[in-house]
Parts: sequence; C-alpha cells; structure tokens
Amino acid sequence: MAPAPASEDMLATRDALATREVTRRSFWRRAQAFMLVRPGLARLGVIAVLFGIWEIAARFYVDKMFLSPPSSVFTSLHKVFLTNGVPAALRLTFFELFIAFVLSIIIGVSVGLTVGLNRFSHRSFMPIILLLYGTPQITILPLFILYFGIGAASKIAFGVTHGMFPIMVTVIAGVQNIKPILLTSAKSMGASRWHIFRWVIFPHMIPSFFSGMRLAMTGVLLGVLLAELYVSTAGIGYYTTLFTQNFDPTKLLGLISMLAAMAIALNELVRRAEVRFSRWRSD
Amino acid sequence: MSERADRDRGRWASRAVQALFLIVLISLWTFATTLGHVSPILLPNPLAVLNELIDVLKSGEYIGDLRVTLTELAFAFAISVISGTIVGYLISRSPYAIKVLEPLLAGAYSVPVILFLPLYVLFFGLGPPSKIALGATISFFPIALNTIAGFGYIDKIFIVSARSMGASNYQLFRFVLLPAAFPVILTGLRMGFTVALLAILGSETIASLAGLGHRIVHLAESMDMARMFAYITFAVAIAAFLNAAVSSLEAKGKR
Repeated sequence: MAPAPASEDMLATRDALATREVTRRSFWRRAQAFMLVRPGLARLGVIAVLFGIWEIAARFYVDKMFLSPPSSVFTSLHKVFLTNGVPAALRLTFFELFIAFVLSIIIGVSVGLTVGLNRFSHRSFMPIILLLYGTPQITILPLFILYFGIGAASKIAFGVTHGMFPIMVTVIAGVQNIKPILLTSAKSMGASRWHIFRWVIFPHMIPSFFSGMRLAMTGVLLGVLLAELYVSTAGIGYYTTLFTQNFDPTKLLGLISMLAAMAIALNELVRRAEVRFSRWRSD
Repeated sequence: MSERADRDRGRWASRAVQALFLIVLISLWTFATTLGHVSPILLPNPLAVLNELIDVLKSGEYIGDLRVTLTELAFAFAISVISGTIVGYLISRSPYAIKVLEPLLAGAYSVPVILFLPLYVLFFGLGPPSKIALGATISFFPIALNTIAGFGYIDKIFIVSARSMGASNYQLFRFVLLPAAFPVILTGLRMGFTVALLAILGSETIASLAGLGHRIVHLAESMDMARMFAYITFAVAIAAFLNAAVSSLEAKGKR
C-alpha cells in the first residue's frame, strides 16, 4: 500500500532528473556539434591555450629579462611605436619589401617568359636557373653589403635575389603546361602573337604565377630581414637587435608579433587571390 | 629517326649554350679584374680565388668550421624530423584535428622565423644551440605539414577495404597508411632539410662563434676577399652537394 502522492512525487522527481540529465547531455552534445561545425572557434581556443601557457611560463618560470608575458606585450604595444625611430623603421622596411617585391616580379616575369616561351632557351637556361635557385644566397650576403652599402639598396638587392627565382620558375612552369593543341588551334583560327599571349598564354600563367608570388613574398621577406639583421642602421632588423641587446623582451616581442601578423596577413591575401584567379580551371 | 637526331642535336646545342654562358661569365670576370679597373677588394681575380680555394682545401682549415655547421644541421634536422613526423601523425589521425590545426601550422609556416633569431640568441647563447633551435623551428613546419598531408588525405576506401579483409592496426599502418603517405613525407623531409641548411648558414652569418657562415663573415670583415670568395665557393659546393644528395635519396625512396 504505497501512498499514491509519494509515488507520484517520486516519479515527478525522477522525471525531472531524467529531463535534466537529457538536457545536460544534449547540451554537451550540442556543444560538441557546435564546435564540430565551427573549427575556426576551436582554432581560436587552441591559440588561447597557447597564449595561456606562454603567459604562465613568462609570469612564473622564466626570467623577466628574457621573456615577458603576452598580456604585457599587448598592453605595451603602443610603446613600441613611441620608441624613437620605430615608425620610420617600419616605413623603411615596408619600402624595401615593396620595391624588392616589384623588382622580383618584373625580373621574374620577363626572364620567365623569355625562357619559357621558347623550347630551345627553356632547355638551355632552365638548368642554370634551377641551379641558381638552389644555391644558398645567404653565403653571398657580405658581398651585397660590400657592393650596395649598408643602406636600403643592399636589402632590396638581397630581397630581389630571394624573390625573383620562384617567380621565374613558376612562370616557366605555367607557360610550359599549355597544351600545344590550344596554341595550334588559336593559330589556325588566325590569332596574332599578341592575341595568343593575351587569351591563351596569359590565363594559363596566372594560377602558377600567383603561387610564385606567394613564394616570392616569403622569399623577399626572408631576404630583406636577413640583410637587416646582418647589418643595418635603420629598419626593423636594427630595432630587433637593439631591443635584444637592451634586454627589453616586451618591446622585442611586440615588434616580432606585429611583423609575424603582417606576414600571415599578406600570405593569406595572396593565397585568396590565388584561389580566386585559379577558379576558371575548375569551372 | 630523324626526329630523334633532331632532338639530340637540340640537346647538344643546349649544352653548348650552357657552356658558353659559363665561359662568358668567367672570361668577363677575368677581364674585369685584369684589364678593367675593378678594385680587387670588390672583385678578386678568379685565379687568386682558385689559389686560395686550393690552399683552403690543402691546409684542411675548413674542417673545423665544416664540422660545426654539419653538426648543427644534423641536430636541427633530427629534432625537426622526430617532432614533425610525430606531431603530424597525431594530428592526421582525426579529420577534426586536421581541420582545426592545419591552418594554424600553415599560418605559422608563413611567419619569417628568422625574426626570432635575436630571441633565440638571447635564450640559447651565441653558440651552436641557438642555430640548432632556429634550424629545427624552421624545418619543423614543412615536415609536420607534409606528414599531415600524407597521412590525412588517404582515400577512405583503402582503409575500409584493408579493415574488411581483417588487417590489424599494425598491418594497416605498415601496408596501407605508410606506403600511401611516404612519398609526401619524403618531400616534406627534403624541404625541411633545405630550409634547415639555409637557416643554419644564415644564423651563422648573423651571429655566431664558428661555422662556415661565420668564417665567410669574418673574412669579409677583414677584407680578405679572395679567400672569402674561396670559402663562398666551398660553402655553395657543400650546400649543392647536400641538396643533390637529399634530392636523389628522395627520388630513390619514392620509387
């Protein structure tokens, strides 16, 4: 003879518990599903965890002279700009990067087209280009300083040597990949040389040209920064060395993270452009 | 038949052009330094460079620097191979992890790691450890990314069919996953090796106590140009040899 109200009460409690259990589990399920369709959010989480580790390590385990926590790096980011000469240094480095990149494109495309469009010159000069591309240019960095001085010219020249080869190689590869039948049919339909270049060769060149641009940008960045770190009187390289020698890791890390963010952004920009301009292939 | 003869003739002509290119370059160099008024401080005579190179090779002066550079390279490459393949393999086991972590690694790969050199010198000193750390950091990314690409994008049908034929975990790894991923990983290893070599020569050039890069800078600073050119030739030859060796190993492994 169980008292009916009590049993009803118990049932209600059990139901409530079960519902709560279900909602809790479904909450986790939903959270899991939510994260599964949003890998970007999980990515942010990973970044946050990495920054957390850095913060803890810097606050409690590592000497303040060598590493500072990300919170203080970011809160004192503006101090980097206030340092005498840093804005000018940033401008100078960007100027060097820009000029070196433009020169690499001009040299790379013109040499690439000259070598790539002719079978004989391709066979003759491609091995030379690949050989030069493969040599570690860093060994001749002192020569660049000697010939072009310690100013911006040597950084630009060194950046160009790193940037032009990837463009040459990818332009040549792009031009070589054209199916001969396309050229023949264009010719048989009466296309002029310019028309063939504009409507057959150029569109084929574009996708590989963009991957070359991305490689070239990484190369130019590497070349300019190497030359600046090696010897300079202005520019980013000078200030990273200066902050290191002054044991000022807050400013050093601020400067480095700004440049790293810039590199990632530029890379992403060119990658997007690459995807966009390669779209005609899959259509 | 005639087409083949044509192609052969074309190949010889190409070789001739290449040889001509080299000859013109060297004779320009010789004329500029002997007849022209180019200062030997800017461009030393090729014969002087050759003499210095022979002297360097004969005296065995290069051995110490070469050993330092190669040791750094070996340590850096070993560290990045072990960590890169392990991290890459672990990430590649779950499509979700690939989706989350691969863009992060790819983004980090585009950061010019050379920027961290001052920081590494601060942490690890001027000696070999800072070079090893930099070389390992730079070569970690291509190796990890290629390991992910190798293991992560294997056609599901191979795995399912191997499983349905009763393959154990080990058999699945040994006979399905590894053969499918190996060529891609090899490419990553080759890329990692090349950038590690570059990073080590570069960091030796910028701040170091010994090594080939250090020697070149030292000679540049003491204006001993002929010997510096000799060392540059030596370093380029070593780098070309190492890269060629690694490329041929890659080609052999892919076959």
